[in-house]
Amino acid sequence: MAPFLVEAAIKSLILVLLLLTGFAYLTLAERKLIADFQARIGPNRAGPYGLLQPLADAVKLFFKEDFIPEYADRVLFVLAPLITLIPTLLIFAVIPFGPELTLFGYRTRLQLTDVHVGVLYIVAVTSISVYGITLAGWASNNKYALLGGIRASAQMISYELAMGLAIVSVVLTTGTLQVSGIVEAQRNGWLIFLQPVAAVIFFITGLAEIKRAPFDLVEAEQELTAGYLTEYSSMKFALFFMSEYVKMIGFGALMTTFFLGGYLGPFVDLYPGLGVVYFTLKVGFLIFVLIWLRATLPRIRYDQLMSLGWKVLLPLSLANVMGTAVVVALTA
Amino acid sequence: MTLIQAVFVLFAILTLGAGLFTVLSRHLFHAVLYLILSLVGVAGLFVLLEAEFLAGVQVLIYIGAISILIIFAVMLTRGMARNPGPPLNNQSLAAAVIAGLFFVLLAPVIAGFPWPQATQGVPADAIEALGRSLVDPNQFALPFELASVMILAALIGAIFIAREKR
Repeated sequence: MAPFLVEAAIKSLILVLLLLTGFAYLTLAERKLIADFQARIGPNRAGPYGLLQPLADAVKLFFKEDFIPEYADRVLFVLAPLITLIPTLLIFAVIPFGPELTLFGYRTRLQLTDVHVGVLYIVAVTSISVYGITLAGWASNNKYALLGGIRASAQMISYELAMGLAIVSVVLTTGTLQVSGIVEAQRNGWLIFLQPVAAVIFFITGLAEIKRAPFDLVEAEQELTAGYLTEYSSMKFALFFMSEYVKMIGFGALMTTFFLGGYLGPFVDLYPGLGVVYFTLKVGFLIFVLIWLRATLPRIRYDQLMSLGWKVLLPLSLANVMGTAVVVALTA
Repeated sequence: MTLIQAVFVLFAILTLGAGLFTVLSRHLFHAVLYLILSLVGVAGLFVLLEAEFLAGVQVLIYIGAISILIIFAVMLTRGMARNPGPPLNNQSLAAAVIAGLFFVLLAPVIAGFPWPQATQGVPADAIEALGRSLVDPNQFALPFELASVMILAALIGAIFIAREKR
């Protein structure tokens, strides 16, 4: 029991530190890239090429007043940012970052834990993440926050179904609920080629789940000021901000694992360390696409969002699951 | 007391305590949140019993879907979310007595029941066996299909009721 706990503790620590650094520099990367897309320069004052900008932002947020509105539900108001962040971090527990490898004479997997029902775990954990936002909207006791919170949770619930069905077709194709098994099943070809429809549905619903452009209606300033974030400031705001960016990384990691072959790539069996490089490159590419989309697409209207989710993506993903099931049954 | 037993006691207290607060909470919104906490405790107990699949489904369906609907219902019903009525009414004493009597009746039955002792752990292919039993005509295919038809009927009914009147 003890060595297992020590191993898990070390892996979790590394994971959290990596995600914190990733979050900090993702904010800078996004600002720089958006600036490039718009032919601006972007942040370049703090440190060389603006590399110390995340640090400056963090210091600024620390010194902001931590304000709780008088009629807010204090306990829930404080808990909401945490409830948003924790499920986001929990997803990374089952994502394999690389194959099995020997480190200092100790054979280990680059994955925190490889549960049998990893896929179910992912779907379950993402379904909880809607609570933080709903609670934030409600606890603030502010009409903009409440409307933003309700709008966000309605959006997440609507797109969860189609996303779940896209994952079901992945599970049907690979025949396993274990996340490492799904990656290993892609040795002969990435699932994006076998399941292109599921990949597209997963990408679109993923965008909606993490509320990125063009689905960022939650933060439509003209209608809702800042949505559920309206009353939040200082470190509580920073926690929400962090969970948004960690969600971007999480989305990239899930898309990579399910459809882009995870850590697989040329020579990965000879040099297992390469797996981490491939994984990081694929996730980085997907995050670049997310930022690119934000710089390109206008925000869609709320009724368009709902009709896209319920009338297009849901039937399409259902048909895809049925088609996959028939093919799997016939070839088995 | 072993580690497993300690964890069991922890989850049992979480489940029962949150259940108690669900009933006693003055505020309907808080009652729903305590209910969710209680369901989390049940999911923890499932994990402790090595039934990871059930734990996942418990979180996905009860916490991720049903409770969020209850929260929406509370939030969107006018006055309900902001009206902390008294948690106890004049029937609470009678209810407590009846519940207590019911417990006295049940406790000896539960204590005396010859519960089967699991000799081996959960088999590795438990999920596959579960899936197959749901489509096996000799096992649960009929109840499974009946439940599906019922859910479909409820879905169509919900759409019919919610549809805008022309």
